[in-house]
Amino acid sequence: MSGMQDYSSRISDPNSRKMGTFSYLPQLTPEELRKQVEYIVSKGWNPAIEHTEPENMRSNYWYMWKLPMFGETDVDAIFQEIEMCKTANPGNHVRLVGYDNFKQTQGTSMVVYRADMSASA
Amino acid sequence: MNQNAPGKYSAGVKEYRETYWEPNYTPKESDVLAVFKITPQAGVPREEAAAAVAAESSTGTWTTVWTDLLTDLDYYKGRAYAIEDVPGDDESYYAFIAYPMGLFEEGSVVNVFTSLVGNVFGFKAVRALRLEDVRFPLWFVTTCDGPPHGIQVERDKMDKYGRPFLGCTIKPKLGLSAKNYGRAVYEALRGGLDFTKDDENINSQPFMRWRDRFEFCQEAIEKAEKETGERKGHYLNVTAPNIEEMYKRAEFAKEIGSPIIMSDYLTMGWAAQASLSRWCRDNGMLLHVHRAMHGVIDRHPKHGINFRVLAKMLRLLGGDHLHSGTVVGKLEGDRAATLGWIDLMRDKYVKEDRSRGIFFDQDWGQMPGVLPVASGGIHVWHMPALVNIFGDDSCLQFGGGTLGHPWGNAAGAAANRVAVEACVKARNEGRELEKESKDIMTEAAKHSPELKIAMETWKEIKFEFDTVDKLDVSHR
Repeated sequence: MSGMQDYSSRISDPNSRKMGTFSYLPQLTPEELRKQVEYIVSKGWNPAIEHTEPENMRSNYWYMWKLPMFGETDVDAIFQEIEMCKTANPGNHVRLVGYDNFKQTQGTSMVVYRADMSASA
Repeated sequence: MNQNAPGKYSAGVKEYRETYWEPNYTPKESDVLAVFKITPQAGVPREEAAAAVAAESSTGTWTTVWTDLLTDLDYYKGRAYAIEDVPGDDESYYAFIAYPMGLFEEGSVVNVFTSLVGNVFGFKAVRALRLEDVRFPLWFVTTCDGPPHGIQVERDKMDKYGRPFLGCTIKPKLGLSAKNYGRAVYEALRGGLDFTKDDENINSQPFMRWRDRFEFCQEAIEKAEKETGERKGHYLNVTAPNIEEMYKRAEFAKEIGSPIIMSDYLTMGWAAQASLSRWCRDNGMLLHVHRAMHGVIDRHPKHGINFRVLAKMLRLLGGDHLHSGTVVGKLEGDRAATLGWIDLMRDKYVKEDRSRGIFFDQDWGQMPGVLPVASGGIHVWHMPALVNIFGDDSCLQFGGGTLGHPWGNAAGAAANRVAVEACVKARNEGRELEKESKDIMTEAAKHSPELKIAMETWKEIKFEFDTVDKLDVSHR
């Protein structure tokens, strides 16, 4: 039993909160994130940025950062918007959504900036 | 003489092919089309056997009757319109049959199949008979309810995007107390799975009555949601000895706030399935569907009903999830055939593609899709292949592959979650999942001790038996 590890997840530990796709992997590096943005663009999905205070993360509706970037295929431009959203909303989680208008759902959604959780519930 | 005047009544037995074999017939858009694999009795000519199947699955009986002349039999009859060789098989052949729309009750899957696979399957002139595919005309599709919600609505309700759903069937199959069962559910959900599942034969046995199970599972879901911040569910099986009991269980599941319930559509019955599905739409409840008993119907390559037909049937009857086979796990399933029927579950329009066993174009109109569920004997090493085969719109279920983790369910769940996310990430980066599976998994395990141990535990387990129900190909 000595090799056995405890699974340390606690209601009392805000860092136990997960946030959908890729939240069980280490934070994506900028290079890795770039590839995911390229994937969204290559699928023809419309990128969109949303953010929220950590205490409200379970709501369906995070705050939209401007409108979705319809037809945007410039990866740098998308990166820039993510940075602008982050700067304008300190302490917020930021996620990137790829809207698939043919399937009428989100093709993907990933948290690209995870705010410090220790202050929240 | 008036060309349309009915003929004279003459009693006796006619050869079926005189009436039911029409090689020059062009099928109408409104026809229900079916293809049967016929293995005839010795000495019965192909056309005669094909015509007999058309007759016996539509208007015909073994002898002419005077009341035939009171209706427009020429309209109501099924027509055998084509015969084809089965590749790699000298004994059997495919017969294509067209049925006019007037033969069937609108919106009744039950009625269609009572004709198509009714008495004809016991018919003496054929030694064996298999329904390989059915083309449901759009008019029929639009008269069926279809899935209560469909894949897109489920994603929105559960808040899961850009990856397959992950599930786990709670084991042992039978014998746990409700509280211990709830413990297993809680552990699997807190570790990162989206769903846990009742086994198909968990109903309301003495060791665990349904109401107790529902309550403990709901507590498990709510605690795991609070802990992880993610939405969770447990498929509460409401399959019951009778419909009244089924509804009672479904109502209670809704009352306590469960997002999803479950049924065994083949053992419970198709009419019950259609009713439960309608109830689910009315009550905002997702519906997971298990296919227990399908092997009895679909496994023999020469007799019964191919699973692609059972899958189409379930989409029409209604269900949000359906077990589809895994290709890679412990249960039967040819890869190309499985790819064919998962498309038939999910897509709006599926083209004829013999290489995947699809005999007809199938237009689903605006009917939502069913999420294919891969479940049975799969573990983390299968993840790259599963993500590649099934794509995002699927639910991958690891029973033993979660609960059998040396550190327990939560660690097993986390291992699966890390593995699926690593595979999705790699796929999105343009990497070839099956070719690079070892590298992708090994990289992911560097950051996850749970995954590392899972990979060591299941390294050697493979299920490499030959498939019994293969696609018909000449090089068999």
